[in-house]
Amino acid sequence: MDTHRHLDDELSSLRDRVLLLGGEAEQALERAMYSLSERDSEVAQQVLDHDDQVDSLEVEIDRQCIDIIALRQPAARDLRFVISVAKMAPVLERIADHACNIARAAIDLNNEPELKSVLDLSRMAQHALIMLRSALDAFTSSDAATAREIIKSDSEINDLYNHTFHRLIELMVTEPATATRDARLLFVAKHLERIGDYVTDICELTVYMAEAAFIKHT
Amino acid sequence: MPVQTAAPRIEVRASAPVETISARTKVAVRNLDFFYGRVQALHQISIEIPERIVMAFIGPSGCGKSTFLRTLNRMNDVIPGTRVGGEVLIDDHDIYAPGTDVVDLRRRVGMVFQKSNPFPKSIFDNVAYGLRINRVTGSGSELEGRVEQALKDAALWNEVKDRLKTSALSLSGGQQQRLCIARALAIRPEVLLMDEPASALDPIATSKIEELIFDLKKQYTIVIVTHNMQQAARVSDRTAFFLLGKLIEVNATEKIFTAPNVKTTEDYITGRFG
Repeated sequence: MDTHRHLDDELSSLRDRVLLLGGEAEQALERAMYSLSERDSEVAQQVLDHDDQVDSLEVEIDRQCIDIIALRQPAARDLRFVISVAKMAPVLERIADHACNIARAAIDLNNEPELKSVLDLSRMAQHALIMLRSALDAFTSSDAATAREIIKSDSEINDLYNHTFHRLIELMVTEPATATRDARLLFVAKHLERIGDYVTDICELTVYMAEAAFIKHT
Repeated sequence: MPVQTAAPRIEVRASAPVETISARTKVAVRNLDFFYGRVQALHQISIEIPERIVMAFIGPSGCGKSTFLRTLNRMNDVIPGTRVGGEVLIDDHDIYAPGTDVVDLRRRVGMVFQKSNPFPKSIFDNVAYGLRINRVTGSGSELEGRVEQALKDAALWNEVKDRLKTSALSLSGGQQQRLCIARALAIRPEVLLMDEPASALDPIATSKIEELIFDLKKQYTIVIVTHNMQQAARVSDRTAFFLLGKLIEVNATEKIFTAPNVKTTEDYITGRFG
């Protein structure tokens, strides 16, 4: 097998792995939110139990990136791809960590009486999931234009978070008895807001990979 | 049409505080054609090489990079049936203009070849050779001083200072190549051309040559032809990619190796060429 075919195969395998990790993060978030909205602690526990596999996948991707850099010395678009994946894998793993934190909150909340409304959390979660899914699609197709659009849409999650924050503070004041549960929901909202930021990081890496442009902090 | 960024700014990496300078053009080539008989080996090459940088030429075998290197000090003149069109300006003077003193040109533009080629003489005499035939030194002590300095500049002095009278052929391959560099440096050229200077050396000797190149660019303008793209990435400030006798792209080395402007360049450096 000639050298570049070998490299192509390794890059293809790396792409498959990072998309698998993305799928795991997406599923963890979806299931964590399901466990919260449907008060299903069993599903929340499954999310927590599965996290070790997500961590292992991240380590595998790290190793694979290091091997490719050390042994194949990729350049240009190949180098940008490997660097982007190496930086993206921990971001995806952290998204799965946030999903685990939501699952833990769900288990705690499911042991207490149900609150009437979960406010805008479902909308936030839905938006975060769409952003994540679209970001992974944009990465797969090296679509910098779509990645830029997704970055813009993060402001919607931020707006929803701000609204949720103020609404929960109001609830804590008007109904102090539910303050503990409100506080837990506030943390859930913050996790979702952070996931939006992480999706933005993924999109910035996609723009770098596709165009060699650094748009972070611009 | 080669892609070249204008007015490159060179960051000087040295132990002194880092400074940024605007580099002056040392070598300017305009619309250069070169023929071996009826075969055109170079087509309309235009490139500027700033002063005191390392410029690397890369490209597949037969792309014309070594031929182009040799046009910069008219080494191709010795090959019968060759002909040149266009201009090669060094410090704004066309080296192909009638009346050019080619011996003086080659003193100003030194060359190191792929295979080290020490003379069957002592280490000292190898380095002193160019000084003697050019009669550039007066007293014996001045000659000794110039030889010592050249050997120091070539990072060889500490290894040979106690055996200057022994045969150069007793040195290792890497030492012989550094001796050839010392020989070229002894006559204090302004530009140093290196045609795959480390291709026959082991990794340790290669590393020494690369460190040497890095040090030498503080004083000299260096142009290196290499088949080893990682070497080009390691040692050069700017890289030019040649293909089929044409200059495809020239740019800052980090740009060429991370985000080249031309797809053919990218295909070559990612190993997907052809």
